[in-house]
Amino acid sequence: MRAIRYTLWGVALVALIVVAGHQLSHFLGTDPEEVSGFRPTFTLVNHQGESVSEATYRGNWALVFFGFTNCPDICPTTLAEFGSVMDGLGDEAAEVTPLFITIDPERDRVENMAEYISAFHPSIVGLIGTDKQVADAAKSFKAYFERVQQESAPDGYTMGHTSVVYLLSPDGYFVRTYQFGEPPEMIVKDLRERL
Amino acid sequence: MSISKFLPIVAASTLLLTAISMSPGIAETVRKGEIAIDDVWARASIGASRPAAAYLTIRNEGSEPEVLARIESSVSAMAEVHEMTMTDGIARMGPAGAVQIPAGTEVVLKPGGLHVMLMKLKLPLKEGEKFTLTLIFENAGPVDISVPVLGIGASGPAQ
Repeated sequence: MRAIRYTLWGVALVALIVVAGHQLSHFLGTDPEEVSGFRPTFTLVNHQGESVSEATYRGNWALVFFGFTNCPDICPTTLAEFGSVMDGLGDEAAEVTPLFITIDPERDRVENMAEYISAFHPSIVGLIGTDKQVADAAKSFKAYFERVQQESAPDGYTMGHTSVVYLLSPDGYFVRTYQFGEPPEMIVKDLRERL
Repeated sequence: MSISKFLPIVAASTLLLTAISMSPGIAETVRKGEIAIDDVWARASIGASRPAAAYLTIRNEGSEPEVLARIESSVSAMAEVHEMTMTDGIARMGPAGAVQIPAGTEVVLKPGGLHVMLMKLKLPLKEGEKFTLTLIFENAGPVDISVPVLGIGASGPAQ
């Protein structure tokens, strides 16, 4: 009897550690690469002014990147990469939606988001929102962003942000990230194996 | 020795130099003192309301350290070297200050690292056009370079 009781306590203790560890890793914003099985959610507005959510894009694979339109270096590089990936996929591109979510809600509105993304590829969807909507979306992806005061920057500030590209499955689950600078042909190859 | 003797040589050299500088896609190395600059390009901008970026490689072929003190540009009211730094997957960008180029080394400005941030653009940078950047070095002094504007999807200098 005693042995069973000790065993049960042991099992409970292990379960507690596992659950606590899991919660803690969420709390600390662990690298999403290590946390599989989560399903990001968001309520935002697309570059055509329509209200959208994560459900809008279910059924398709989604490539998701957080950035801002005043970003002259890594955002254009990544969005150009989205364009190359979509072109590289050929007919299969119909199964993929590239999403660009702003983390600069103060400056990014429907008009300038539309102007910005249309310069890269017609398939890219730009998403904007209120401060809270944007913060909630980023949190849901475990993405990080910050506003940095900088005298010489346009409007006196710039943004720091998570630079990875997220891949979501057609049922909306996080699948993996691609690091900044991942060659488009490698992303195409990876996607082809999944489509 | 009469000047006329030199005329054919001068004419031939001028023609040759013109031909080289006009050949599309072949970026010539710009030299001044011990400094050599190449792989120069900029990405087309989307309108003129957002900052643009230009990229290049600076080699210090001398035996003394060199410093790129500041940059001026005909197309923007403000041009500075900015640096993108990546910490735990988070990209941050800020002024890099004066760029040190130790003797015998090169500094590469490319996407995802250092770039010339062109702020307060006076006009949009259009693919196929060129503009002038003036790099002001502590030892070599000002160096003018012609920057070709590549497409919005470009990720490196024209081959």
